Amino acid sequence: MTSVAERPDPMSDPVSRHTPPAARRDLGWIGIPLVAAVGLAAYWLLPDDLALLTRIAASALFVLSLDLVLGYGGIATLGQAAMFGTGAYAAGIVAVNWINDPFAMLAAGGIAGGGIALATGALILHARGLTLLMLTIAVGQIVQEVANKARDWTGGSDGLSGIDPAPVLGLFRFDMFGRTSYLFALAVLVAGLLVARRIMRSPFGLACRGVREDPLRISAIGGSPKSYLVALYAVAGVFAGVAGALTAVTSGIVGLDSAGFPWSAEALVMLVLGGTGRLYGAVIGTAAFMGIHHILAASDPFHWMGFIGLFLIGIVLFLPGGIASGLERLGGLLRRKEDRA
Amino acid sequence: MPAEPVGSLEVVELRAGYGKTLILDGISFAVPTGGRLALLGRNGVGKTTTLATLVGQTTRHGGGMKLDGVELGGMNSSGRAAAGLGYVPQTRDIFKSLTVEENLVAGLKGRPRSALEEAYALFPRLGERRRNGGGELSGGEQQMLSVARALLGKPTVLLLDEPLEGLAPVICDTLMAALSKLDMTIVLVEQQVDRALDFADRVVFLDRGRVVHAGPAAQAKADPALLERHLGVALAA
Repeated sequence: MTSVAERPDPMSDPVSRHTPPAARRDLGWIGIPLVAAVGLAAYWLLPDDLALLTRIAASALFVLSLDLVLGYGGIATLGQAAMFGTGAYAAGIVAVNWINDPFAMLAAGGIAGGGIALATGALILHARGLTLLMLTIAVGQIVQEVANKARDWTGGSDGLSGIDPAPVLGLFRFDMFGRTSYLFALAVLVAGLLVARRIMRSPFGLACRGVREDPLRISAIGGSPKSYLVALYAVAGVFAGVAGALTAVTSGIVGLDSAGFPWSAEALVMLVLGGTGRLYGAVIGTAAFMGIHHILAASDPFHWMGFIGLFLIGIVLFLPGGIASGLERLGGLLRRKEDRA
Repeated sequence: MPAEPVGSLEVVELRAGYGKTLILDGISFAVPTGGRLALLGRNGVGKTTTLATLVGQTTRHGGGMKLDGVELGGMNSSGRAAAGLGYVPQTRDIFKSLTVEENLVAGLKGRPRSALEEAYALFPRLGERRRNGGGELSGGEQQMLSVARALLGKPTVLLLDEPLEGLAPVICDTLMAALSKLDMTIVLVEQQVDRALDFADRVVFLDRGRVVHAGPAAQAKADPALLERHLGVALAA
């Protein structure tokens, strides 16, 4: 292709020239170091809450998987816990029966989560909207029931216990204070964010975002919308499976609720709270939800869910893009102030 | 041995529409490799439907369409794009939630990111605005982006549906200058008849889903009675 001669620029109307660049919704390069820094700061500042922080890190990875599916792919789902639970059980079964290396457990969880997502995604992703929502719930319930029936492997309703992961890299034992668990979970979350960011900026990730906006346009440029969605669903399944495995590694137990509908719904609430389609919205939403839960449940164990509900209503009404969008707006205001100065 | 010519398009007795509604009633035309065809006619005669049918977005009721001798009828939209059809629809199909660069990357189809420089070389304006969101672009910029993204897929035949619609004359000049430099087969649907006839080497007039005239573009331009008959307009002297 050759260059077209430059012309006077009638397109550069004042409005579009002063429109701020498209929001780099994943915070650019600073986001991941920020999560790592805040995570490490929490390690020093909240040494008595490491169990909670570990749950937040593992849950954030799960909510991140939901963000890939819903926020980037536009796939309506209330069955993401199916992949989380499958990953958790796979990691637990591998640890109890064969190998208890934490990285092998994560790999088992990722493969299992991705595998179940690929198999079910290929079947259900021709549907859209409410039908798809129902199908995802059905998949979650099937996984939960299979786990319930396979007592010999999963422990059924008693849960799978006896998971005793080996020291990380053969050096760092999982101590009773939860230090290793937390740092391991934080490291996996940061790695997950790095990988997710890389994927969503790749041609594949951008095409998935294109499918969300208009599948026909993707067809017109030579892509197959359904293939993209199935692939994205499988990738998100790997993330969810790793998150489930991480929970198995750090908690040592896997229960039926890990694949249940409430866990999928709760993850959705966390994602909406933090902001969809931003990656970091998943982390912020999970931290906000579980943090508030922790504080309110301690002071008012009977009505904490009501407060969460009020908080969610407030966010949806005043910050429809979630807490992350509020932070973006704040950042935009500060930038404009700087520009004026 | 010389390379096989690519980009020849042949449409034979094509009948198509939306669902059971028939819009195209047996149209036929051919564009040789490197040819430029203007598809003209009044509103609602089937010009957009012809392009949409070529890329597989309508219901085909009969007839055929071949790209380099390969029948396209059995392929889906993505298969046709992979076969070499590039499509720039009337609606400026850019992804508004993505930046200019991200829009282009989404259309790379396995090519390296360095290929983006081709797009920026063709439309320097896009290079300047690469970090702007698609929704922040002017109409002309959106059209450039739409064309550039289609070209990144290395099509052998480019289908353009009213690329000049709603653009200022100077932007039309810029866009047509860029299109004129493309070395590929092009089918252009356009309401600006004079520009379309200047650009094309052949013209096909449609009326009620049928071809009512086909011939050299220059000849059509020099025949006001023909234009008046098929378009209801006469070109400015």
